[in-house]
Amino acid sequence: MNNDLLSADLVPLAALGGLGTYAARALPMLVPGIDRLPPIFLEYLRLIGPAVLGAIAATSVFVQGGAFTIGPEAVAVFAGAAVGRWRGNLLLGMVVSVLVVLALRATIGS
Amino acid sequence: MSGAAAALSTARRRLVVDSLGIWAIAIIVGGIFGFTARQGGLSLVEAIAFSSILFAGAAQFAAVGLIVVGTPWPSIVLLVWLLNARHLLYSASVAPYTAKLSLKLRAALAYLLTDEAFALTTAHVARLGRIDVKGAWYAGITIFVPWNVSTIAGWLAGAALPDPATIGLDVVFAAAMAGLAIGLVKDRAALVALIVGCGSAVAAALVLDSSAAIMIGGLLGPFAGLALYRRRA
Repeated sequence: MNNDLLSADLVPLAALGGLGTYAARALPMLVPGIDRLPPIFLEYLRLIGPAVLGAIAATSVFVQGGAFTIGPEAVAVFAGAAVGRWRGNLLLGMVVSVLVVLALRATIGS
Repeated sequence: MSGAAAALSTARRRLVVDSLGIWAIAIIVGGIFGFTARQGGLSLVEAIAFSSILFAGAAQFAAVGLIVVGTPWPSIVLLVWLLNARHLLYSASVAPYTAKLSLKLRAALAYLLTDEAFALTTAHVARLGRIDVKGAWYAGITIFVPWNVSTIAGWLAGAALPDPATIGLDVVFAAAMAGLAIGLVKDRAALVALIVGCGSAVAAALVLDSSAAIMIGGLLGPFAGLALYRRRA
């Protein structure tokens, strides 16, 4: 436990990490003419959203400790996403996910 | 109120409602990061630097873990860059909508383009069919402010924070990503991209690591969706 408030030895490390992170976030947005790409490239870029967000969710719930798992978390996230889509309300879906995972853990364990 | 103004107002209300869960994630996980950073030997200033300059949740936790075990700086920096390489995809996906904005504005918005900000921005753009600069700022700040404030709070009082798993909040991030991904499915091509993105990412995570898996899912999913686009064309 560090009780030192003001030490700044690791600030340059944060800055170096931030440099590459910012480059990844900024370069495609700063390249001129990206809106004039052929339609098929724009279609590809449009499809990145569902693919990458789905990939984040799927790896979070289906891969635990390097092994494939279908546990309460996967059921809860699927149920919440379905309810969120059905009612058009993301927040409601997230609440459903929390309630489902708590209920499943209470009944069948984690 | 004109039709366009009403649509913008409706979309912004939806953005705010969608962001409430993201606020909760940012507050809780940011607090845990602050506590973890202190446990890992970082000062308050260093913890703030990681949350405000690096500003990338998973990479921050990984960096602290590597600092604790004495990993050399070049290895930590390389790992952070690799972990955050997926942001190239986010930026490329948003870029066609921001191309008409000023360079300064694009540079500033890019700084805030985290997983959650990308998810909120993409859903907002999909509802409007164009970028809404105020909405994009809101999406970015929705993460940046609570993340940094709770990093400080977590460093100062982290031991009092509850374990997110005990109150079910450990699934909130995945639920938000899944909900926003499904919300972006407007046609079969997007559905195929989502399914293939999920499947290929899970397969890759089993043999590689989660960060590479997200890149692989994010790259392969759209290719599968494009197969439908080409057939339609």
